[in-house]
Amino acid sequence: MKSNQELKSIASQVRRDIIKQVSAAASGHPGGSLGCTDFLTALYFSVMDHDSSFNMKAENEDVFFLSNGHISPVFYSILARSGYFDVKELATFRQINGRLQGHPTTHEGLPGIRIASGSLGQGVSVAIGMALNKRLNGDNKTVFVLTGDGELQEGQIWEAALFAAHNKVDNLILTVDWNGQQIDGANDDVIALGDLEAKWKAFGWHVMHMDGHDYNDLITSLNKAKNMRNGKPICILMKTNMGEGVDFMAGTHKWHGKAPNAEQTENALSQLEETLGDY
Amino acid sequence: MLSNYISTGNSDTRSGYGDAMTILGDTNPDVVALCADLIGSLKIQPFIDAHPERFFQAGISEANMIGMAAGLATGGKIPFPSTFANFATGRVYDQIRQSVAYSYKNVKISASHAGITLGEDGATHQILEDIGMMKMLPGMVVINPCDYNQTKAATLAVAEYYGPVYLRFGRPKWPIFTPAEQKFEIGKAIHMNEGNDVSLIATGHMVWQSLEAARVLQREGINVDLINIHTIKPLDDKAIINSVSKTRCVVTAEEHQRNGGLGDSVAQLLSINNPTPQEYVAVNDSFGESGKPLELLDKYGLGVKDIINAVKKAISRKK
Repeated sequence: MKSNQELKSIASQVRRDIIKQVSAAASGHPGGSLGCTDFLTALYFSVMDHDSSFNMKAENEDVFFLSNGHISPVFYSILARSGYFDVKELATFRQINGRLQGHPTTHEGLPGIRIASGSLGQGVSVAIGMALNKRLNGDNKTVFVLTGDGELQEGQIWEAALFAAHNKVDNLILTVDWNGQQIDGANDDVIALGDLEAKWKAFGWHVMHMDGHDYNDLITSLNKAKNMRNGKPICILMKTNMGEGVDFMAGTHKWHGKAPNAEQTENALSQLEETLGDY
Repeated sequence: MLSNYISTGNSDTRSGYGDAMTILGDTNPDVVALCADLIGSLKIQPFIDAHPERFFQAGISEANMIGMAAGLATGGKIPFPSTFANFATGRVYDQIRQSVAYSYKNVKISASHAGITLGEDGATHQILEDIGMMKMLPGMVVINPCDYNQTKAATLAVAEYYGPVYLRFGRPKWPIFTPAEQKFEIGKAIHMNEGNDVSLIATGHMVWQSLEAARVLQREGINVDLINIHTIKPLDDKAIINSVSKTRCVVTAEEHQRNGGLGDSVAQLLSINNPTPQEYVAVNDSFGESGKPLELLDKYGLGVKDIINAVKKAISRKK
């Protein structure tokens, strides 16, 4: 069991990896990646029982699906730092002939990726399919899926919500990256999501709240959700700060899909301690 | 020989699918079925009765159904998500593209009520673009069997194949004329009649129409080289090239738009390998309408007489 301090130390390196990947590619999505770093660090380095030797079927292990595929930089760093592939490969992010595509894909055989994502709204359905599969197999492990908050504007999400509640898919934990931002601005200005807690409850889900940057809360909440199994799928509304960890990127949608220039990269890296060695 | 293919009765091709699913339920524990509120239409109630835990009712939520199928396949199941062809393709194209085709999942998209012979429900449901949409997806196998027996055989065969498949079948009662115990090889055309005058290449319900046309033509002294293409992708290039090298003209027949269908695939193959005069029996850039299946086939240029006319025109264009 890793201490919160150890997890924070990993997260600092993951944030460095994110900045370096996006900077080198001169493209990519740093804002949401930085905002979900603590969540994914907690998930992969503490909460999930998973095997980095990678078996596509994920038999008898917890499994995670990334529905908001554009935050691939954090996903790639987390997978590499967990041992799914060599951290040096992070240097190939978005480069031709590489496995680290702009959005995650199974197409290039990158260990740790089980579905392509990027076109939003599809991951919850896929996660339900895996959860049903585990139920059929008598496999008691848990399926996790992450979506953005703006992504909840996709209709397929609510198709999936109805199905999972009706079928009591309670080995499924959906986390919503609730940073309140999307490409064109605040959710509230684009298409307001309204009372998300009431919506998910009305759809028959068990709803929890979590601070996406507080490791005590992350670990406690995720483990609680994992052990709940009360006949309802679980939705965790996770408050995050887009761009968390880099002062000039934090709290704005402006770094959703924009890479820092050389000077900004240097500034960002100066704010993030190198803890595990840069790639 | 044309006389080998006589009607032994009528059945809808979707019943071939349903009966094969019943068999797969008992023989392949990895097969699971999904449906979007059309169990009766897809003929899968016997599968559900025998294996309720391996059936997932998606409700009227086709996008979610395709995504769940991709997730089930990721875990090692062989999912058969099923609905009408319109909702199985156009409505969920992006879900199929990303979660099934690009992710290369072992999903068998099962699409009934394809084409204009859906009949009375009219153009909203008569999809004539699905072959084109599906064949454009890299790695997608596209199969359109011609009768009950072939649909049953195709359904059993795709369960044994690893990879994404689009399986297209129909609603109306249609003659059964292929053998019950046929061998179904994905991508392998069936040579139904030997002839030197014209290559007639047909898929789906249009194979029977083509047989009927070939019988009339034979009486007129025109010998048709008749090929049943049940797999539009991968296309049996060799069978087609061999046939046209002998006949030097070709007619394609399909219950689909001319744009993007079997005819397009054949034309592309031949334009590169052996440019050949070709006539198309297909719907020509038009939506359908309500009516009885045979009336509609006639009105939209898919009748037996249309095939006969196309054959004569193709022969007249031979160099």
